[in-house]
Amino acid sequence: MLTHALFGGLLFGLYFTLVGLGLNLIFGVMRIVNLAHGDFLMLGAFAAYWLFTLFGLHPLVAAVAVLVVFVLVGLPIYYLIVPRLLVSRDSEMLSIILFFGLSQIIEALASIFFGTTERSIPGRVLGTGPVRILGQSVPSAWAFGAAVSAVAVILVYLYLYRTRLGTLTRAVMVSRDEALATGIDVHRVSAIAFGIGIALAGIAGVFEPFMLGSVTPAIGGDITIAAFAVIVVGTLGNPLGTVLGGIVYGVSLLLMQTYLSSWANLLPNLLLIGVLLIRPEGLLGRQVRRA
Amino acid sequence: MRRTVGRRGTGDLLIALVVTAIMAALPFGYSNELLLFNFVTFLALSQGLNVLYGFTGYLPFGYVGFFGAGAYGFALTVMHLNWPPLAAMAAAGVAALILAAILTPLLRLSGAYFAIASLAAAQSVYEIVANPALEDVTKGPYGVSLSGVFAPMFSYQVGVAVLLFSLVVVVWLRNSRFGLALQAIREDTVSAAMAGVSVVRGRTIAWLLSALIAGLVGGVYAWHISVFYPDTAFNIQFSIFATVFVLFGGATTLIGPILGVVILYGVYNTIGITVPQYFQLIYGVLIVALVLFLPNGLVSLATRRGIRVP
Repeated sequence: MLTHALFGGLLFGLYFTLVGLGLNLIFGVMRIVNLAHGDFLMLGAFAAYWLFTLFGLHPLVAAVAVLVVFVLVGLPIYYLIVPRLLVSRDSEMLSIILFFGLSQIIEALASIFFGTTERSIPGRVLGTGPVRILGQSVPSAWAFGAAVSAVAVILVYLYLYRTRLGTLTRAVMVSRDEALATGIDVHRVSAIAFGIGIALAGIAGVFEPFMLGSVTPAIGGDITIAAFAVIVVGTLGNPLGTVLGGIVYGVSLLLMQTYLSSWANLLPNLLLIGVLLIRPEGLLGRQVRRA
Repeated sequence: MRRTVGRRGTGDLLIALVVTAIMAALPFGYSNELLLFNFVTFLALSQGLNVLYGFTGYLPFGYVGFFGAGAYGFALTVMHLNWPPLAAMAAAGVAALILAAILTPLLRLSGAYFAIASLAAAQSVYEIVANPALEDVTKGPYGVSLSGVFAPMFSYQVGVAVLLFSLVVVVWLRNSRFGLALQAIREDTVSAAMAGVSVVRGRTIAWLLSALIAGLVGGVYAWHISVFYPDTAFNIQFSIFATVFVLFGGATTLIGPILGVVILYGVYNTIGITVPQYFQLIYGVLIVALVLFLPNGLVSLATRRGIRVP
């Protein structure tokens, strides 16, 4: 039972890496908190649901479609909102209020257009029955989610460390002002990172109905908290630290569900508060962030 | 200098008293008393949020946690100890103060981290209160019934008294040395500390005052509606509404949050209740527009032109 919880938690946690990855990328590049992250994820889940129900599209195909559409949607949202926000006096604080408003808009529109009933996609779409990996049998959806997440992490890594745009992105992450002084088109770099961040949320959303059972317009808030817990544990502003955060989150969640199931819902909240208070720089962080 | 401050303080206090008198008198001329009570609740709650956000810059998304703690502090003392309602009101305040004291370390976090952590803290309290494992104590998710102490008119007037308290706290902060010190901390912590202002003490007092107001409002809310569920008492809408009202009207002022409640909650009650999604949409658009175009609220239209707003 213990090994099963550990191994299942590893796969589940890899999925949660994907859930937090986009949020962390946006925070790292723009130092703004996208509180609508969970709601973009919810939109991805609905996209997967409708693409499957109407056209019978496989979630992997839906994921590619979501990637393209969300990047294209993210760019105009960036230019409409963020440049105005970044020149304000306290952009981090205002961003949290503004994106909170955005999350209300998205949730309201989703309720109006999709209704508030729970929707789910039959699990057999991702293969029937549990898969056996290393002697452990796990739901095939978990293996799928973990694999997609791993691919996404590798692609983000390649983008950040092997492309010219990625190098520029990392320069902006280190120091926005110096990047600007060097002649980097900060807004272009940031807009693309914003689009990618939202697209990552959308892709995580495509697999949400399989990992968490169903989707309603109201799931966004809880997922944003979970995603925030993941990226805080795995160091804010360091997209690759998210992997560690996700795994810690997944393993502890499954351990809680195995041994203390009625209190499992407390976990993301307590993990978040605990890490913020005890080690605010995250598990991999070096710099101490002062209040 | 001192005299003008004193005169302003009298003016502010007058506004507080007039608002309180209006809210106390309204039920005698208007029959929808539950609606009026909701107005009193939000007027007081948004002033409580104003104490923290307006004067220290900390935005607690989990403000509803104190409200819920107050509601359950009231309910548990009435249910298990058979306390009279007014004593239970004190328990409501104490419950919120205890929660605030436990959560004081959150003040070490800055801006966004504080907002998120306070939300997570409120969620944690909700998960504990609503947990079926604690059914014997809190009645878990099945809710509590306080029909034994149900007294709509009396509890309404106690609610108005809580409102007066919250208004007076804001008047005091706006016209006292302590309130100025808090604003100095908010603007520049290091300089304020160098000028001899005790940063930790100031923030902690504002935090506890703000929590106390929310706890008292939660207690009187529990008393007034008398049957409720954890989902009601810890509904995140309370935080959202209070935040939007304060932002809309303008934080750090006395009349800003009042304007926010009267205008926005008034609109909500005329159009919002039948189709909540549309109202959520309007609120979302409003928040985005406010942050982008009027980050200091409605009153900034006047303060921008050099007019002092109470």
